[in-house]
Amino acid sequence: MHTFVYQRATSLADAVAVLKAKPDARPLAGGMTLLPTMKLGLAAPSDLIDLSAIGDLRGIRRNGDRVVIGAMTRHAEVAASAEVRAAIPALASLADGIGDAQVRNRGTLGGSVANSDPAADYPAAVLGLDANVLTDRRTIAADQFFLGMFATALDAGELIRAVEFRVPKRAGYAKFPNPASRYAMVGVLVADYGGSVRVAVTGAGACAFRVPTLEAALGKQFSAAAIEGIEVSASELNTDLHGSAEYRAHLVGVMARRAVAAALG
Amino acid sequence: MVEVKSNGLIGQAVKRTEDLRFITGRGQYTDDMSRRQMVYAAMVRSPLAHARIRSVDTSAARAAPGVIAVYTGADMAADKIGGLPCGWAVKNKDGSAQAEPAHPAMQVERVRHVGDHVAVVIAETQAEARAAAELVNVDYEELPVVVDARAALAPGAPQVHAEAPNNLCFDWELGDASAVAAAFSKAAHIVKLDLRNNRLIPNAMEPRSCIGDFDSSTSENTLITASQNPHVIRLLLAAFVFGIPEHKFRVVAPDVGGGFGSKIYPYPEDVIVLWVARKIGRPVKWTATRSEAFLSDAQGRDHYSHVELALDKDANFLGLKVDTIANLGGYLSTFAPAVPTYLYGTLLAGCYRTPAIYVNVKGVFTHTAPVDAYRGAGRPEATFVVERIVEQAARQLKIDPAELRRRNFIPTDGFPYQTPVALTYDTGNYHATLASGLKLADYAGFAARKAEAAKRGKLRGIGISTYIEACGIAPSAVAGALGARAGLFEAATIRVNPTGSVTVLTGSHSHGQGHETTFAQVVADMLGIPMESVEIVHGDTGKIPFGMGTYGSRSLAVGGAAIVNATRKVIDKGRRIAAHLLEASAEDIEFTGGRYVVKGTDRAKAFGEVAFTAYVPHNFPHETEEPGLEESAFYDPKNFTYPAGCHVCELEIDPDTGVVEIVKFSASDDFGRIVNPMIVEGQVHGGLVQGIGQALLENCVYDESGQLLTGSYLDYCMPRADDVPSFQVMTECTPCTHNALGVKGCGEAGAIGSPPAVINAILDALSGLGVTDVPMPATPHVVWSAIRAAKGRQVA
Ligand SMILES: Cc1cc2nc3c(=O)[nH]c(=O)nc-3n(C[C@H](O)[C@H](O)[C@H](O)COP(=O)(O)OP(=O)(O)OC[C@H]3O[C@@H](n4cnc5c(N)ncnc54)[C@H](O)[C@@H]3O)c2cc1C
Repeated sequence: MHTFVYQRATSLADAVAVLKAKPDARPLAGGMTLLPTMKLGLAAPSDLIDLSAIGDLRGIRRNGDRVVIGAMTRHAEVAASAEVRAAIPALASLADGIGDAQVRNRGTLGGSVANSDPAADYPAAVLGLDANVLTDRRTIAADQFFLGMFATALDAGELIRAVEFRVPKRAGYAKFPNPASRYAMVGVLVADYGGSVRVAVTGAGACAFRVPTLEAALGKQFSAAAIEGIEVSASELNTDLHGSAEYRAHLVGVMARRAVAAALG
Repeated sequence: MVEVKSNGLIGQAVKRTEDLRFITGRGQYTDDMSRRQMVYAAMVRSPLAHARIRSVDTSAARAAPGVIAVYTGADMAADKIGGLPCGWAVKNKDGSAQAEPAHPAMQVERVRHVGDHVAVVIAETQAEARAAAELVNVDYEELPVVVDARAALAPGAPQVHAEAPNNLCFDWELGDASAVAAAFSKAAHIVKLDLRNNRLIPNAMEPRSCIGDFDSSTSENTLITASQNPHVIRLLLAAFVFGIPEHKFRVVAPDVGGGFGSKIYPYPEDVIVLWVARKIGRPVKWTATRSEAFLSDAQGRDHYSHVELALDKDANFLGLKVDTIANLGGYLSTFAPAVPTYLYGTLLAGCYRTPAIYVNVKGVFTHTAPVDAYRGAGRPEATFVVERIVEQAARQLKIDPAELRRRNFIPTDGFPYQTPVALTYDTGNYHATLASGLKLADYAGFAARKAEAAKRGKLRGIGISTYIEACGIAPSAVAGALGARAGLFEAATIRVNPTGSVTVLTGSHSHGQGHETTFAQVVADMLGIPMESVEIVHGDTGKIPFGMGTYGSRSLAVGGAAIVNATRKVIDKGRRIAAHLLEASAEDIEFTGGRYVVKGTDRAKAFGEVAFTAYVPHNFPHETEEPGLEESAFYDPKNFTYPAGCHVCELEIDPDTGVVEIVKFSASDDFGRIVNPMIVEGQVHGGLVQGIGQALLENCVYDESGQLLTGSYLDYCMPRADDVPSFQVMTECTPCTHNALGVKGCGEAGAIGSPPAVINAILDALSGLGVTDVPMPATPHVVWSAIRAAKGRQVA
């Protein structure tokens, strides 16, 4: 690992200012992705701006039909939150299924979403739960946020403040873990907003995406049977050591049905 | 041979005495150690699988902060440092010698696998060394690559070594080809299979680490290294690499966090740290990163085999024919040639009385990391071949797999049994382990469980493996005749201290096996003293007279037997001293419960009194005895030992996803006599997890250009606790006939027996769908693909 300057920001404005002044500086959340990448020599930031002391970035609150979660909120906090469990139990259970206890105690919502790892769980929730990503300068709708593998709509130096999820009538998340990493090989979040349904998939493609055919079928009838037999195209999906695109496409269907079953309780 | 009887401690599940220091973080591993003025090494490794080194520019690295020196392969060659020797010479079919290309610790002209050594950077801190290593600029000319062993044999394949035309290291055979041909010509059934034994990365918990040190005032060389056998490292490095005398060379293998075979061998880093320490006059430490462990630890398995079994009309086995191609990697590791030959071909009889067997093995170089012994070493590969083809025969002939095995087992009264592939099994009872294994598994009740699972949409299967293995490596004369370049005995010294406590010096090495407990149990039991009075010392050539180390489940069967012999010498000398003190003749004195007693009387001397007399010899038989009480023994086994057993795997498959869940795993093993059942159970559990890991999860994959695709835990799938069920294990016992403890060894059995049990169970679960083969590892994707392909065939 190369030498770098560590500093702890005291406010969002402070962090944004440093990031603006130093183009090679990077924000540090829980370090769960950033530090291993640095150790492997894949990233060599000049400065790490630790966000953990910025109180505004932390916390979970209900705001009308939205649940707003601060960027620095740890996965374990989301998993255990009474607010989240009451409003969107699928989101709590998704957070509870990320990595292991150590990772859940360090890893953050903002870090995960900013990173847009194609196999991360949260992107499925952000997209499936019709969320807005609130940054230091604007609001980005989920449908505009994930642009590709490790690519988002965030500008250089732009910081996520919070993510606000729209509370569905019911929702379910089903994850097929990669046997080795236990990240999502395919994760499907299904959210029923009464008439309209959102189906978001992570793990299978370059970044999280929605599946209109499944959404349409579930919009008509919210049941696992309604999507039985609907084939998902493999053409844009990932092929790697652990699974072909065809396998992932098949798993999208299986996990979507399991997510619906979970939503129906 | 007189058997050692238990006086109570042998056979007890004594808690491991070493664990207090391990679980409280007070173990002393190599990386925990420092020496004065110590500096750090970082390796510059090839990022390419095959390339010519045009030039190495070290100037930027030399100028980097903290850097003391940068050396290249050329510097090492100039110092005339020898390459790493190979410890085993296999002969080709035609009697000629194996191809044995040199294995320099750092390359001068050409690199042959990703991770191959090109240069070393020495700096004041580890971070500085690693940072500077990135500044070494190597100009490579990329050359074509071959990673697959079959492809390496094809005409026109890229060549790994000029000394090994067609990449062939050896073309070896064992058995009687004409007898096999005759058996096949009269067969009623012939069953065939093509099998791949997947390549594995050992992944010991402690990455390799070593410290080299040289004291110019005494000319003493010291190497502290995470090794399974310090004496062998010293022998090989002293004699073949450095040309320094052994009395000026101390090798220490302190606490070692697992090896599984990968820490048997001397590695380039061992050579490099000592060489550099001698050059710069300061101690040099190197510790692998986990990424380096993936790239540079010797890997395991990697066979392709074609197998054919001939049976008569009553399903008696008539003959077995096996063709295997074994991947040896880019260089010959120390025992690489032995693993796919003498530790593999000799086990192809399994537990069966197959009268004719022939095996041909081609050992092949490829542009991958070296392959050598990994937990089981050759026997898992043999067991996979035998137990898969037996299962296949049962399915094809529609005979219950357990019944087919019973029909062909070597009968219980058939021992000693001479196999057609060189080994003589001394004892065993395969019917007993099969019967108890099936009972443990409730084999009889399986059909009902399968029907119940089907109602839940799950495909349930059961699979058996009745393995045998050869442990207690090895009778030196036999090993020598088979190509070993070293003896395989073991040494022990029992040093009784004046106040009666005992220090045991053993050439075996514990790196997780619990020797400090098991060996102490044996000695304390024999001497009738408390275990706390016995200290086991191992892992230091400066303290222990000699040793051949730990691998091949040899520690108790060979090392323990040496300890027994030395302890008996102590008891006998003590008897003569006691006779003097008691004014009786030695023949009239029996040693029982830690006391020398004049038979039929109450006159006795405690062991401690006799020990004290030996060191304070005022009233002592000086005419016939020397003072002191310390004895040594070298023990060379008469035969291998042959643990055997029955593993039964029961699992459920989710047909929607291909996910395999093992719901029950039962093992009935015959390890001979057992000194500590808790430790044995732990060894079985660990072995089973590794075997199940091979069957379902673990796979070392290189892409076509020789890049390791599974270079971290993101992609190399290590088994976790929730991947395996709670195991049901038990033992049967036919004592080994040729060592005093009657023990056979248990360290590898779990990894040897379990993979075919798992795959056989998967094939059983999927048999209704027409699936006839599933490769290892049977990941969800693999299983789903097999199901889909079978469905496609049915539709077509
Ligand atoms: C062993 C292990 C297992 C894991 N398993 C899973 C899993 O199963 N599923 C899963 O989804 N994830 C998994 N993860 C990832 C984990 O969930 C972390 O959330 C993720 O790595 C991000 O880490 P972090 O929050 O600590 O962010 P960091 O590592 O600190 O940062 C990640 C990136 O985001 C940037 N960043 C951080 N905060 C902000 C912000 N507020 N605004 C803008 N940019 C920001 C950083 O500069 C950096 O580029 C795993 C990680 C590990 C180490």
